[in-house]
Amino acid sequence: MNIQAYFARHAQTLVGSLGRILGHPFATLMTMGVVAIALALPLLLNVFLANGRTVIGSWNDAFDLSVYMDKKAVSARAIAVAKQLRQRDDVAAVRVIPAEQALAQFRDESGFGKALDALSENPLPDTLVVTPTLPASTPQGTQALKTAIAAMADVQAVQLDTEWVKRLHAMLDIMRRVVLLTACLLGAGVVLIVGNTIRLDILNRRAEIEVMKLVGASDGFARRPFLYTGIWYGLGGGLMALTLVAIAVAVLARPVDELAKLYGSQFHLHGLSLALAASALALAVGLSWFGSWLAATRHIRGIDPT
Amino acid sequence: MIRFDQVHKRYPTGREALAGVSFKIDKGELAFLTGHSGAGKSSILKLIALIERPTRGQVFVNNQNVSGIKPRGIPQFRRGLGVVFQDNKLLHDRPVADNVALPLIIAGVPKREIDKRVRAALDQVGLLGTENNLPLELSSGEQQRVGIARAVVAKPALLIADEPTGNLDPDLALEIMNLFKRFNEVGVTVVVATHDVHLIGQFGARRIVLGEGRVIAGAASPAGAP
Repeated sequence: MNIQAYFARHAQTLVGSLGRILGHPFATLMTMGVVAIALALPLLLNVFLANGRTVIGSWNDAFDLSVYMDKKAVSARAIAVAKQLRQRDDVAAVRVIPAEQALAQFRDESGFGKALDALSENPLPDTLVVTPTLPASTPQGTQALKTAIAAMADVQAVQLDTEWVKRLHAMLDIMRRVVLLTACLLGAGVVLIVGNTIRLDILNRRAEIEVMKLVGASDGFARRPFLYTGIWYGLGGGLMALTLVAIAVAVLARPVDELAKLYGSQFHLHGLSLALAASALALAVGLSWFGSWLAATRHIRGIDPT
Repeated sequence: MIRFDQVHKRYPTGREALAGVSFKIDKGELAFLTGHSGAGKSSILKLIALIERPTRGQVFVNNQNVSGIKPRGIPQFRRGLGVVFQDNKLLHDRPVADNVALPLIIAGVPKREIDKRVRAALDQVGLLGTENNLPLELSSGEQQRVGIARAVVAKPALLIADEPTGNLDPDLALEIMNLFKRFNEVGVTVVVATHDVHLIGQFGARRIVLGEGRVIAGAASPAGAP
């Protein structure tokens, strides 16, 4: 078989299978629609998850460590420790809050001004607020930093409320797995839906396949148009799924902006990235092709001319 | 070209269609398989086209023992064979030209070559100009001729036909038989199964007469070889 004829034949089958499914626009749209919904669901969950992680990522001060200096140490020590900490790779910034400033701030904000005046001396120590770098802003990273700081001279205590950070990460991890599981289940759904559609198509065209086999068609040849049909279902369904996600994001964008503004945040809802959209489309085509391959391989083998 | 050696065929239903059939058809021969219905004519053609396998005995086509052909090899084997069916088995949703082109498309012949050969095949059966018609727009005799064009378009060395005139009136039937004779005259080995004894009486060709799954007459080729 010559190469040019081979590619011409494939191109013709590709276009032919498109023509055939467009001949039944309603049935085709239904199949593509089911594929689209099955794909849009995990994609949407993924969009929400990605946006959620952006929000949490912007709460950097959630990972700040409060370092309380020993009250017996002189104020210069706080500045020295801060200098030492700034040289570390995992520290992004250190803010020194002298005891007097902390007391003044507390007096202003707490409303306990009179009661504080009754104290003979400042009960607050010098404090450092240490912000880890972004790569170090993980439960493990901050824990390591905490241990290191606690071992330094004149440091009384290091406080890090890692519990809720850990919980948040655990929740995100569960969410990520839920999205993954949903995607796997619905992906299997796409394979089955397309497989079943192709199976019915093959049964309808049984006589035609028989004739093709009688005049010398291999199973592979008889299968080819059905594989292309599967590819079209995947492409159509995938594009519809991306459209659905874009519509959902557009519908939600304004209320999310409003909500963010109420919290004084610049947060903005982001849709799918181009790379993710492209891989989703490729996955749709791949799953759909696989479903048609399973059905076509199995059912075309079973058709024997009589 | 074709040799059957003590071939038995029993179907899963228990019916014994062939009970020890032996015959030989030489290259370039025109042979008619006759006998009343159920005598085993169709079974013989199905064994030649590898639609069925013998229960016992050996079938040789083109000096090749077909029992050695694995399922994967069947498509390639069938491409060297032209088959005409009683019910023509055309694809009714596509035009005549596409029907005739099918074996060439399967064989991977380039498009330009296909167009040329399809026109030549249609010319040979007298249907030039019907390329774009749907099969159902043609008469039943014409449809059968489209089926013959499809069988010969890939220039097979062997042409087999199962009751090709079964649905046609006598004039059309004679026309079809003349077509087979013409293909035989240019060197194609032709085997036609038919119960129409009157029709083939008009041809001087060899007859293999079957009855009850056995060869009653005509097992030897005219050349004298067993």
